[in-house]
Amino acid sequence: MKINDMNRRKALTVLGLAGAAGVISPNLLVSPAFAERPDVPTGQIVIGVSQEPTVFNPLMPRIEVDDGVQLSLFDGLVRINPEGEFIPSLAAEVPTIENGGLSEDGLNWRLKLRDDVTWHDGTPFTAEDVKFTLDLVVDPNFRSWRTTGHNLVRDIEVVSPTEIKWRMEEPFAPYMSILVETMMVPKHILEPLEDRNEAPFNQAPIGTGAFKWGSRRAGDNLELVANPDYFGEGPFVERLIFKYIPDLTILYTQFKSGDIDVISNQYITPDNYAEAQTLAGKQVSVVPSSTVESVFLNNEKPQFQDKAVREAIYAALDKQTIIDALYYGLPSPTESYLPQQSYFYNPDLPKHEYSVEKANTLLDDAGWSRGSDGIREKDGVRLAFSNSTTSGNHLREQAQQFIQQSLGEIGIEMTIENKPPAVMWGEYWSQSQFDSVIVGIVFTTGADADVTVRFSSDAIPAQGGRGSNTGQYKNAEVDALLADAGRIFDQAKRKEIYGRVQEIIREDLPLLPLFQYATVRGHKDGLMGIEPNINTRIDTWNAAQYYWDK
Amino acid sequence: MAGFLVKRLWQSVVLLIIVSMIGFGVLHLTPGGPLSQYALTPGMTQENMDRIAEQMGLNRPLPIQYLDWAWRLLQGDWGISYRDQQPVLTVIGRHLFATMLLMVSSTVISIAIGTWIGIRGATHRYSTFDYTATVGAMIALSIPTFWFGLVGIYVFSLELGWLPAGNMYTIGNGSVLNYLHHLILPSIVLALVNIAIWSRYMRTATLDVINQDFVKTARAKGVSERRVLMKHVVGNALLPMITLAGMQLPNLLSGALVTETVFTWPGMGRLFLDSLGYNDYPVVMGLLMFSAILVLLGNLIADIVAATIDPRIRLA
Repeated sequence: MKINDMNRRKALTVLGLAGAAGVISPNLLVSPAFAERPDVPTGQIVIGVSQEPTVFNPLMPRIEVDDGVQLSLFDGLVRINPEGEFIPSLAAEVPTIENGGLSEDGLNWRLKLRDDVTWHDGTPFTAEDVKFTLDLVVDPNFRSWRTTGHNLVRDIEVVSPTEIKWRMEEPFAPYMSILVETMMVPKHILEPLEDRNEAPFNQAPIGTGAFKWGSRRAGDNLELVANPDYFGEGPFVERLIFKYIPDLTILYTQFKSGDIDVISNQYITPDNYAEAQTLAGKQVSVVPSSTVESVFLNNEKPQFQDKAVREAIYAALDKQTIIDALYYGLPSPTESYLPQQSYFYNPDLPKHEYSVEKANTLLDDAGWSRGSDGIREKDGVRLAFSNSTTSGNHLREQAQQFIQQSLGEIGIEMTIENKPPAVMWGEYWSQSQFDSVIVGIVFTTGADADVTVRFSSDAIPAQGGRGSNTGQYKNAEVDALLADAGRIFDQAKRKEIYGRVQEIIREDLPLLPLFQYATVRGHKDGLMGIEPNINTRIDTWNAAQYYWDK
Repeated sequence: MAGFLVKRLWQSVVLLIIVSMIGFGVLHLTPGGPLSQYALTPGMTQENMDRIAEQMGLNRPLPIQYLDWAWRLLQGDWGISYRDQQPVLTVIGRHLFATMLLMVSSTVISIAIGTWIGIRGATHRYSTFDYTATVGAMIALSIPTFWFGLVGIYVFSLELGWLPAGNMYTIGNGSVLNYLHHLILPSIVLALVNIAIWSRYMRTATLDVINQDFVKTARAKGVSERRVLMKHVVGNALLPMITLAGMQLPNLLSGALVTETVFTWPGMGRLFLDSLGYNDYPVVMGLLMFSAILVLLGNLIADIVAATIDPRIRLA
C-alpha cells in the first residue's frame, strides 16, 4: 500500500538534479550519498532540542522530541518513508489485500514478522510481544497515549513466533498509519509488573531499535549508544546525544559555536535564517512542515454564523504581507488544512484573494451595517470578537495586531486576549470557550488524511463529543464523506473523497487557512544521512542512517 | 534556647501548612492543566484526554486531591513528576547539584569581592574608588542578567573562543577541569549582581560601625589601623550580613532562572520554569515546599548564628 505517487517524487528528484535554484524541496537537505559509511559505528552526534525528552515508554503520552528519541530506541511494525510509502520494519512485509495480509473487507489482518530481531537485552522479539503491546495500549489501567483504532482490534491470535493475526470490529483505513506510530514494547519485561505506569522500564527502556539506552542527566542531556545487533541498516555512530537547550536563541548560539551538531526541534527561528545561511561549516535549509496556521473560528458563536462574515474576514487577511514581513517569506500560503506534500492534498482549491473592497461589499450585501462606533452589526449581533493565542509567541502577536488593523478597516472589532500555554490549550481550547484563535495544527495522523476527529460533528467536546473538533464545525456531507473514507482501503478512492472534503471546508471556511509552516534546519558539514520526512513529527526519525564523512 | 526552638518549629509547621494549601489551591485553580500540552497532538481526542485525566486522578475534587497529596507527603512520598515520571525528590536532587555548583562558586566570588568593595568604599568614602563602585553597582543592578550573559557568550565564546558557550560540561568529558572551565562565565555573570548587592550592604554596615565609640577607643589606645579595621570594624559590620546571608540561603538553592537559561545550566530555576509551564503539580508543589522549608531554616540558622556571635542577642 502506498500513499504517494511516484511521479511527483521523480519530478522532484529531477528538479533537484537539474539544480533548479530556489526550488524549495525536501530533497535539498538530503546529504550527498556518495560518501563512505564507516564499517563500525564511529564518533558521536550531539542533537540540540528546545524541549526536554522525558517520556521513554513509547506507548505513553508524548511530544515531538520524545518521538525523536523513541524512534531510535524502538521500532513499529511498519514505518513510513519521506515519500509516504509504508515500508516493513518489524513486520516482514506490509500487509495488503494483494499479499493476503489484509482481507478484502479490511476486517482481518495477518502479519508476518521478521525472525532476526532481538531486544536490547538479547531476548528474541516474537509475535507475543506484538500481542502484548496491542493489548497494553487498550488496558484501562495503563496510561496510554491514543487508543483510537486500537480499540477496534479484537481476537488477537499468535499463529507462530513470526506470525500474528487479528480482527477489526469495523474497517478502519487509518490504522496502518496508527501502527506506524505504535512502537513495540517487550513482553518479558513489562508483563510481570503490576504497575506499568511507573515501571523502571519507563526510565531505562529496552527496545529493538538502532540505539540502546545509555544514560540520562535530567534537565541536561540524554545519551544513546549504538546497538551492534540492530536488524536494519546502521547505526553508523557510536553515540547519539540529545542535548536540552530550552531557549531558542541559545539553541541557535550553540549551533553557531559548534556545541551541537544538529539543531533539532524547534529548529532555527525565521529571523536567524538569513544569518544562518552564511555560517561557515554548516548546512542550513528550509523544510516544509505539516503544520498549517489558521485563524481558527468557533463556529457556534453568533458572529460567525453568517458565511458572508467568514468570507469577508478571509478576504481581509493580507496573507502575503504576514508571511513576508513576519515570517521572512518562509511559509507558503495555503487553502487547505493538509500539507501540500501530502498525497491527499487537493491543489485545485479556489485561491485566496486579498481585497478590502470585496470584504466590505460582502458585508454590505449581507446586511451588516456600520453602527455609530463604526463597527458593523445585524439583528443585534455586533461584529466584535476576541482572538487568542499562546502569549509570548511574538510572531503570532504581531500577526494578530496586523489582522486587528485589517479587520478594523472593514468594520470588525477584534480584541486580542492571549493566554499562557497551559491555560490557552486547556479547557479554554478543548471546551470551545474562545471566539477565535490563531493556531498551527497538524491535521494529518502520520501521513493519513483522516480528519474525522477534527471536523466530524460528533467529535465536538463542548457538545459531549469525543474528538477534538473544537471549532464546532458541522456539515452532514463532510460527516458522511469522512465515514466513507475511513472504511475504504483503496488510496486513490480515498484521495478523491478527501479532495472533496477539502473543497467543502474551503467553501464553508470554518477556519481561515493562512499558511503551511516551513522550518529552518541545520547541521554541521560532513554529517551525512539527514533526510527530512514530512510524515513524521521530528527530524531525527532516521538517526540510524546518520554518519560522519571523515 | 530550647523554648525558642520549640516555638519557632511550631510556627514553622503552621506556616508550611498554610503555604502548601495556598500553593496547591492557586496551582490547581489556574485554568488549564498538565494535559493541555497534548491538546494539539495530531489525532488526539477528548475521549483520550478524559481517560488520561481520570487515570492520573485529576478529576477528583480539589480538597480530596490536596489531602491525598498531604497525606503522602507526611509519609515521605513527594509524588511522581508528571513530566519526568520519576519521584519528585529524585528530580529535585538531580537539579540541586547543578544549582549548588553554580551558586556556591558565584556566592564565594560575590561575598569575597562584594565585602572587599564595601569595606574599601566605606573607609575611602567619597573617593574615586567609592564613586566608581557605586556607579558600577547601579549598572550591575539595572542591566538584566541575560544581557550580561549573552554579551559574555558573544565576547568570550563566539569571538575569542576562550570559554564554552554554556552547558555544565562537555558531553563525554566529565573531568573536574572541564566543569571548572564551564563554571567560569556563568558564575561571574551571576556574581555581578550579587557583588553589587553585597558591596552596598557592606558599605552601609561598615559606615554604621566605623564612627562608633568603641572604634575610637580602640584607635585611642593605639591599636594599629589594620587591626582596628579587621577586628573591630569588620567584625561588627559583618553581623547584619549574617542575617542577610541566611536570607540568601533559599536563593542559593532555588536557582538562578535567567543565568541557568542563558548558559543551559540544568539547575533548579529551570526545573521550576519547566514544571510550571507543564503544570507538573507534584514537582511545583515539591519545589514550593522545599523552598519554604529552606526559607524557614535559613532564618532560623541566621538567628542562631547571630546570637552565638553577638552575646547581646538573646533567643527567647
